[in-house]
Amino acid sequence: MKKNPYRTQNIAFFFLFLATLLIVVPVGLIVVIIIQKGLPAINWQFLSDIPRHGMRAGGIFPAIIGTVYLVTGAIIFALPIGLLAAIYLSEYSKDNLLNRVIKLAIVNLAGVPSVVYGLFGLALFVIFFKFGASILSGSLTLGIMILPIIITTSREALESVPQSFREVSLSLGASKWQTIRHVVLPNAIPGILTGTILGLGRAAGETAPILFTVAAFYLPQLPASIFDQAMALPYHLYVISTQVPNVDEKIRYGTAFVLLALVLFMNLVAIIIRTKFRKKKKW
Amino acid sequence: MWITVKDMRKFKEFIIEKLILICGIASIFFVVLIFLFLLKEGFSVFNTVSPFNFLFGKSWYPISEPPQLGILPLILGSLLVTLGAAIISIPIGVGCAIYIAEVVPGKIKEILKAGIELLAAIPSVVLGFIGMVTLVPLVKNVFHLPTGLTALSGSIMLAFMAMPTIVSIAEDALYSIPKTYKEGALALGATHWQTIWRVMLPAASSGILAAIMLGIGRVIGETMAVMMITGNAAVIPDSILAPVRTLTATIAAEMGEAVVGSEHYFALFAVGIVLFVISFIINVTADLCLHKRQ
Repeated sequence: MKKNPYRTQNIAFFFLFLATLLIVVPVGLIVVIIIQKGLPAINWQFLSDIPRHGMRAGGIFPAIIGTVYLVTGAIIFALPIGLLAAIYLSEYSKDNLLNRVIKLAIVNLAGVPSVVYGLFGLALFVIFFKFGASILSGSLTLGIMILPIIITTSREALESVPQSFREVSLSLGASKWQTIRHVVLPNAIPGILTGTILGLGRAAGETAPILFTVAAFYLPQLPASIFDQAMALPYHLYVISTQVPNVDEKIRYGTAFVLLALVLFMNLVAIIIRTKFRKKKKW
Repeated sequence: MWITVKDMRKFKEFIIEKLILICGIASIFFVVLIFLFLLKEGFSVFNTVSPFNFLFGKSWYPISEPPQLGILPLILGSLLVTLGAAIISIPIGVGCAIYIAEVVPGKIKEILKAGIELLAAIPSVVLGFIGMVTLVPLVKNVFHLPTGLTALSGSIMLAFMAMPTIVSIAEDALYSIPKTYKEGALALGATHWQTIWRVMLPAASSGILAAIMLGIGRVIGETMAVMMITGNAAVIPDSILAPVRTLTATIAAEMGEAVVGSEHYFALFAVGIVLFVISFIINVTADLCLHKRQ
């Protein structure tokens, strides 16, 4: 009997569909489980109180604040450098060896394991610069880690501004920098914003880079300066799920819920900005 | 001599353009800086142990006296977990990429892609936590083990971290094949599946290879989830159902207790060098694969 190619096709497509289900269903389950078990734990006291009784009761306020500080610090460091680097790659660099090496370096920076960033931050910021385990060390480490995300997305945003915009501006007598500052950048802002938010989300969720550079196991007070240690949400989740015995399940799920909600919310915002921008594009 | 407004502007632009150049090469600077600082802190370990004995020594007892600093159990732990994750994630990831790129219609395609992006965004410590409370008891019960903290649990969880990378890069690779290839095959009477299997997959092969490599790179470098669910036993694993400890988990778990300047501390940085070199090789090779296509 001759093989029917359409039957083969149906079988193949069925397996492709199955593969997709195998990814989508567990992801959905993960999110549903965390919402279902974490949401009931959320109340004002949980969000605004310090951890009590060896983290077995109370809230997670210092961890939330610590994460906010770290993420802010990381973006203050990474956004200017990342944006200028993106401007260099999209507006100034020529197609030469240097350009190739820079792109390779960015790819590598994106691929360095997060725990290796932790080691690097420990060696450079904590020990060599003597910043100690502090918000400053942690922010700088996270900042370098999210640099590739910001450079790549900003560069794409800058490059998607049509060449004719630049030509018109230059032909009117504007200098190259004026053209970039007043024509290219304003048109690339949604894309740059997307990259920044994605970077924020990544920095908020990472644990390994802050393990030895900033994270405090248990610190029931708010940091007073950038040279203080701080608690952070992802590290707190790690601590209460593996290092402290007999923590109420509700607190664990609640912490996981807050962290996941924070990160997914930022990613959702980034996705929405990008989609809106694509639809509105005039060129 | 008067400084005119125009001179001021020129000077300002000169400064800004130099700043842009400096930031442009900052990435190179940081990669070199990371490598140098790992070397600076980690190289001293070779005063106590030869590179060969470090890489192939069978026992890791960093705080015994004298310390035994062989990372073979850790390398094998990483390899075992990675191999397991690759076996699970490659067929599923590539399959899903083909489905998204070729089979599914427009609207659902966008939703699926956003879903995959969200999976990539879930922090690894959250995945580790979920693995601990759902997957670990499951593995324990299904295989009747004393503990569910095994290499297998780690492989399954890490497969989910590799999939978003594999799916999005492989989908890109399939999408960027010239439309004429597909149209040509269809016009010759091939079915859609025959076109995918015989024309599109071979044409996208280098991109798909890069996707797989970057996915595996993500798995090797993953730290938190793997530390939480693989059991952390620094012995040479004899089966996928045994607890293992990976290179990354060793650094994360032990650096907090290592005394700065001790052999243990140097050894953990040397493990960092090994990880850095592995990720460097993977990323450069994957990048070459992606560029070959263009």
